[in-house]
Amino acid sequence: MTTTSSQAPGGHYRFAQVARMEWIKLRSLRFTWWALGATVAGAVGIAVAVGVNTEDAAADLTNNALAGIALGLLLTGVLGVLAMTGEYSSGMIQATLAAIPNRPLVLAAKGAVLGVVALAVGEAAAFIAFFAGAAALPAAVPAPTLGQPGVLRAVILGGAGYCLIGLFGLGLGAIIRHTPGAIVVLVGGVYVLAQMVAAFAPAIMPYLPVSIVANSMSVVQPAPAEGPVRFLSPWAGLGMLSLYAAVTLGAGAWLLARRDV
Amino acid sequence: MIEARGLTKRYGSTVAVDALSFDARPGAVTGFLGPNGAGKSTTMRLILGLDDPDAGEARIGGRRYRELDWPLREVGAVLEARAFHPGRSAHAHLTALAASNDIPRSRVEEVLGIVGLADAAGRRAGQFSLGMAQRLGIAAALLGDPGVLLLDEPVNGLDPEGIRWMRNLLRSLAAEGRVVFVSSHLIGEMARTAERLVVIGRGRLLAAASVEELSARSGSLEEAFLEMTADSVDYRAWTS
Repeated sequence: MTTTSSQAPGGHYRFAQVARMEWIKLRSLRFTWWALGATVAGAVGIAVAVGVNTEDAAADLTNNALAGIALGLLLTGVLGVLAMTGEYSSGMIQATLAAIPNRPLVLAAKGAVLGVVALAVGEAAAFIAFFAGAAALPAAVPAPTLGQPGVLRAVILGGAGYCLIGLFGLGLGAIIRHTPGAIVVLVGGVYVLAQMVAAFAPAIMPYLPVSIVANSMSVVQPAPAEGPVRFLSPWAGLGMLSLYAAVTLGAGAWLLARRDV
Repeated sequence: MIEARGLTKRYGSTVAVDALSFDARPGAVTGFLGPNGAGKSTTMRLILGLDDPDAGEARIGGRRYRELDWPLREVGAVLEARAFHPGRSAHAHLTALAASNDIPRSRVEEVLGIVGLADAAGRRAGQFSLGMAQRLGIAAALLGDPGVLLLDEPVNGLDPEGIRWMRNLLRSLAAEGRVVFVSSHLIGEMARTAERLVVIGRGRLLAAASVEELSARSGSLEEAFLEMTADSVDYRAWTS
C-alpha cells in the first residue's frame, strides 16, 4: 500500500522496548543525576555528622548511621512523581502513548526502571553511609559490623526504602498528574502528616512511610514501645511500605488506562 | 487509509465531535479544515486513541490505533508542537521514542537531517523556537517511516521558508504513497498543499471533496469555506 522502506520486525512491542525507552528518558534528564547524587551525599553526610557526635555505645549505632535516609527519601519520591507528572506538564505524554498505546505497560516499565535505579542507588547510599558513620565514631565507641545480628538486614532494608518511596511517588504522579499537587501530597503524606500524627494520633505513627523506613526497616534493636506507639518489625514494615507502593501504582495504572490524556 | 465512522465525543454537555465519518486515502494530502473549535484536534486525538470516543470508531489500515503492533512504524503524528520534555535534548527525545518501537538508532540521525535539526540535536529542546519545535515533532513522526501521517496545524510558528518546506515535504510524502492527513484553519495554505479536503464545523462533517470541486462551488475555496461554516462559528464580525 505504501512505499515505506523500513521493514517492521515481526511481533509486537513488548516490555523490553518500553523499558529501554523509559531508561533513556530517565537518564537523559539532569534532575535525575542531581537527585540521586544528592541522595547519596545527604545520607553519607548525616551518617558522618551523627557518628562524630555519638557518645552512647549502647545506642542502635546502625540505625544512627542510616539516619540520613529519611531525609533523602524525599528526593527519590520526587523523582518518582516527576517521572509521571513531567510527561503531563511537558506534553510528552502524547508522544509516549502514541508510541506505546498499552498504558499499564508504560507505567510498569517506568516502575521497573525507576525501581531498579532507586534500589541500586539506595543500597549504595545505605552501605556507604553505614561504613562512613561507623568510621566517624569516636574511639571509645566500638563500631558496628555487618556480621553482627540484624545489621546487614537493617542496611539492606534501609536502602530498599528509597526504591519503595520512589515507586510510591510514581503511583502518586500517575493518579494526580500535576507536579505541584503530587509533590504536596508526597511531602504532606510522608513528612508533614508524620509530625501531626505523632502529636495527635500516635497510634497511627508506626504506619507512616517515613516512620516505617526510619523506625522499622533500618533498625537493629527493636525500638522500645513509647506509650501507645509500637513500631512494626522490619519485615512487617517492608510489607507495609510495599503495599503502599503497590496500591498507588495499581490505582495509577487503573486511572491511566481509563482517562483521556 | 484512515477511516472514521460515526466518531462522537462529548465533554460534559458540549458535543466536540458529532457522528463524524470520513476517509483519508493513501497517495494524497487530505486537508482537515474547520474554524477554531470545530473539533479538529479532538478528532486527531480520537484517531490516536489518546481520548476515548463516546460513540463510533476510527481505524487505520483496518485496525484501531491501540491494536497496532509497532505504532510508530505505522503512524506518525504531531499533535502539539511541544510534545517533548524541555530538559531533554532533541537527540535523546528521538532516541527514546526510537527504542520504544525497535527503530534503529541510525534513523535518529537521518530524521534530524531531514528536518534540518542536526546541528541543534544536542541542545535542550526547551530552548527551541516554535519553528524548531515543529521540526522536532515532524522528525519524531518520520522516525518509523510510517505509511500514515497525522499532523495538527503543522505550519503554526513556521516562517515563510519553513511553510514552503513543510508544503513540499507533505506533498512528497503523499507522492510516495502515504496517507497524509493535515489539519489547518488556513484555507490558502490548504488550497496549495492538499488534493482532498474534509471540512467540519461544530464537530459535524460539512464537506468531503477535492479542492477543485469545493472551489468550483463558490468561485473560490475561501468563499466556499466561509459559506459552509457560516453557521458553525461562534463569533463573527458583522460585515455588510
